[in-house]
Amino acid sequence: MKYEVVIGLETHVELNTKSKIFCSCGGHSEAKEPNDCVCPACSGMPGMLPVMNKRVVELAVTAGLMLNCEISRYTTFDKKNYYYPDLPCAYQITQLNHPICTNGLVHLKTSEGERDVRIKQIHMEEDAGKLVHVGKASLVDFNRTSVPLIEIVTQPDFRSAEEVLVYLNKLKTMFRSGGISECEEGAMRCDVNISVRPEGSEEFGVRTEIKNMASFEAIEKAIRYEAQRHMDALEFETEELVQETRRFDDVSGKTFAMRNKETEADYRYFPDANLMPIIIDDEWLEQIKAAKPVEIDEKADAYREAGISEKEIDMLIHNHNVSKLLDDVVAQGCDAKNAAGWILTDCVGILRKNGKLLTDLEISVEDLTAIIKMVDSGDVNRMSGRKILTAVLEEGVDPVAYCKENGLDAKVDTSVIESIMDRVFAENAQAIADYKSGKVKAKQALFGACMKELKNTADTAVIKEVLEKKLMDI
Amino acid sequence: MMKNYVVKLAENGNIAVDDTILVKGAQSAAGSRILEGFEPLFSAEAVDRLEKAGYTVAGKTHVGEFGLDLVGEFSYYSEKSEDGEAPLKGAAAEAVAGGEVKAALGVDMNGATRRAAALSGVDFLKPTYGTVSRYGIISCAASGEQLGVYAPSVEGIKEVMDVIAGHDAKDGTSLREEKYTYATDEAVAGKKVCIIKELLEKADEDVAARVNAYADKLRAAGVTVEEISLPIFDIANTTWQILMTAETCNNVSRYDGVKYGHRAAEYKNIDELYVNTRTEGFNFLTKAVILYGSDVLSKNRYEDCYGKSLKVRRVIADEFAKLMETYDAVLTPVCSKSAYTAYEIDKAFQTVFEESVFTAVANLIGVPALVSGGVQLLGKAFSESVLLSIAGSAERAGE
Repeated sequence: MKYEVVIGLETHVELNTKSKIFCSCGGHSEAKEPNDCVCPACSGMPGMLPVMNKRVVELAVTAGLMLNCEISRYTTFDKKNYYYPDLPCAYQITQLNHPICTNGLVHLKTSEGERDVRIKQIHMEEDAGKLVHVGKASLVDFNRTSVPLIEIVTQPDFRSAEEVLVYLNKLKTMFRSGGISECEEGAMRCDVNISVRPEGSEEFGVRTEIKNMASFEAIEKAIRYEAQRHMDALEFETEELVQETRRFDDVSGKTFAMRNKETEADYRYFPDANLMPIIIDDEWLEQIKAAKPVEIDEKADAYREAGISEKEIDMLIHNHNVSKLLDDVVAQGCDAKNAAGWILTDCVGILRKNGKLLTDLEISVEDLTAIIKMVDSGDVNRMSGRKILTAVLEEGVDPVAYCKENGLDAKVDTSVIESIMDRVFAENAQAIADYKSGKVKAKQALFGACMKELKNTADTAVIKEVLEKKLMDI
Repeated sequence: MMKNYVVKLAENGNIAVDDTILVKGAQSAAGSRILEGFEPLFSAEAVDRLEKAGYTVAGKTHVGEFGLDLVGEFSYYSEKSEDGEAPLKGAAAEAVAGGEVKAALGVDMNGATRRAAALSGVDFLKPTYGTVSRYGIISCAASGEQLGVYAPSVEGIKEVMDVIAGHDAKDGTSLREEKYTYATDEAVAGKKVCIIKELLEKADEDVAARVNAYADKLRAAGVTVEEISLPIFDIANTTWQILMTAETCNNVSRYDGVKYGHRAAEYKNIDELYVNTRTEGFNFLTKAVILYGSDVLSKNRYEDCYGKSLKVRRVIADEFAKLMETYDAVLTPVCSKSAYTAYEIDKAFQTVFEESVFTAVANLIGVPALVSGGVQLLGKAFSESVLLSIAGSAERAGE
């Protein structure tokens, strides 16, 4: 019999905020020691109260807009009760009744075709801490406690592991480019709900949930293993399938039962009275919409249209700050393709020489625009432009002042160039003879000699023009 | 006198702080063994504001474990009275009544502070929800608990409220208003006050007589007082007990022996650490509240108990608001009798439940409640000045 795999996904994404979701502790990713980023509030001391981090709401709404969700205008928090030493309050603050986003849609393109996956909801919640086991002792590290997460819950709309991976990669690209999450290793975790049914059947099969997987590789392996296990059970009656929670073991590549429906915990969810309902009014929503980065597909198309190469588009899409720099420079009147070259060829080259990466790029929109415009207008030549850019990136100089101080101004009088060219011709008899005998390359030597005399300044177009004219005369 | 204090902090102190409220560096344990030795890193916002305004904390006054009992009779830290017939009293209320301090802070969560004030003959104001920061109170029922003030007179209450009320960014439930001003001497002639028949019937003769005498005092000041029937108080009480036990059960679940406070000496694994610590750390009343609260939140009961209670809360708020269109205040008893004597803790849950019928509505819907002269005045939100002025006129008439 042919079977169909049905998959739904719950994806936890760590939000890129300066501070935790309900307190001002921050920078947990830079924490050097366990419990570096902990305060009385996020370690669950009595008397301390959660205070909402507004940025978390804005990022969650932005994620919802990217996934075509309805944004709730009234959203509330609930408490989920369970005991575990890494959960200092013995409850997690999450959203059950009024999640921030609902009813979204993501369009996927896979090798098998296209599919729309419905997003059931996105909700905000806090992360838990972690346990460190040292010999017989267990230690608790609260650095991660109360780090903001969004959980994106899909409908059971995936039909293969490939679709799941395409979806996850799309989320990752989208959230990175949108500044929502760095989506680094461990900052994106998935629970997979999976069932199998005979092809054509309307009813769902017995569902199992595989909890808490942090790598795409593990997710793919787990889905393939679990789907096969279900199919074997249906086809060969190898075992009876039960609704249960399972975990995936990386080493063996298998899933193992954790708990079944009967022993499932009752989390006793109820509203958190310490956090007032959040009202998202028109004004706030419009502000979030205005600040939302353009959809990546849309953005890529726009870059493509401007003549930017696929390789460059890829670099831009994955670097929100860099694509923003490009967009800002273009907004200042620079040509997109040209500006992309300046950023992705010249800047990258200079950074690389200094052992740095594109993500280290620091240049103001004003400085970069100034350099590009100086070159475009012929005020300095391309080579000088690069020289100025190098000085800006390496020493942080002012481009206009640097240009003046170093005499890079290209506005050299044509008569000066002509007199220099006369001298070059006089001093390079061999090159002229070569040219006459048909060696076109000799022209380049003459041009170079002239540039050298001019100390690499001057508009190269004018030099070429003078050179061509003189060559015709000989 | 030391007997009112768990921790004495300053001989010349002029304000007492209940053990349910954090004072930096001083054990703050809410009368519970589970928090034994817990010394907070910060003081409650109200304590901070008072210290900045020149007040000195005299000490931490005894409270019943998490403020769940009648007046403070079940504190892990207070000495048990040898005399079984001695009336039960609240420590902070006694410290104020005895002139040890000018005023005291307490957390009004299930009426213990108000009952204590009534029995010791001092005033207590439970202000409108959100007007005084809850930052630094050992929270049990976040949706209705409120930090309040004990003082010998309404003037004393005003003095402290002027300092502590107003927005605090550290408390998400704190209202936006930066500052509130309180009056004790607004004109009261022409004001209308009602007495609730159903509540008066729950009090004994002594208490009923006290309420009626108080009504006469108000009438003498030109206030109209009339008795009406409004059968919402039993429902309000049951509703609040459901919400309060659920929230308390949740909020005390963080006391697990892992991080601070009491930890059982004997345990073989994490589950035993939890169970043994909590078995030893909580008293019988708290355990009853935890069981009741877990039950009303359980999957099978949630909709019928907790979910419904949230809806009933809104209905009661509407009913009360309607009443306040006609009246400026409601005059009620605070306790069913004029004195409580010692009783066994296994009766505590039911006893407190029954007594809370007078106090619960103010916690449930967040309105202000003022205890003065052994009676209670309830008003609509932000009507503290009206209540203080009405009680003020009675207090001044009594002088």
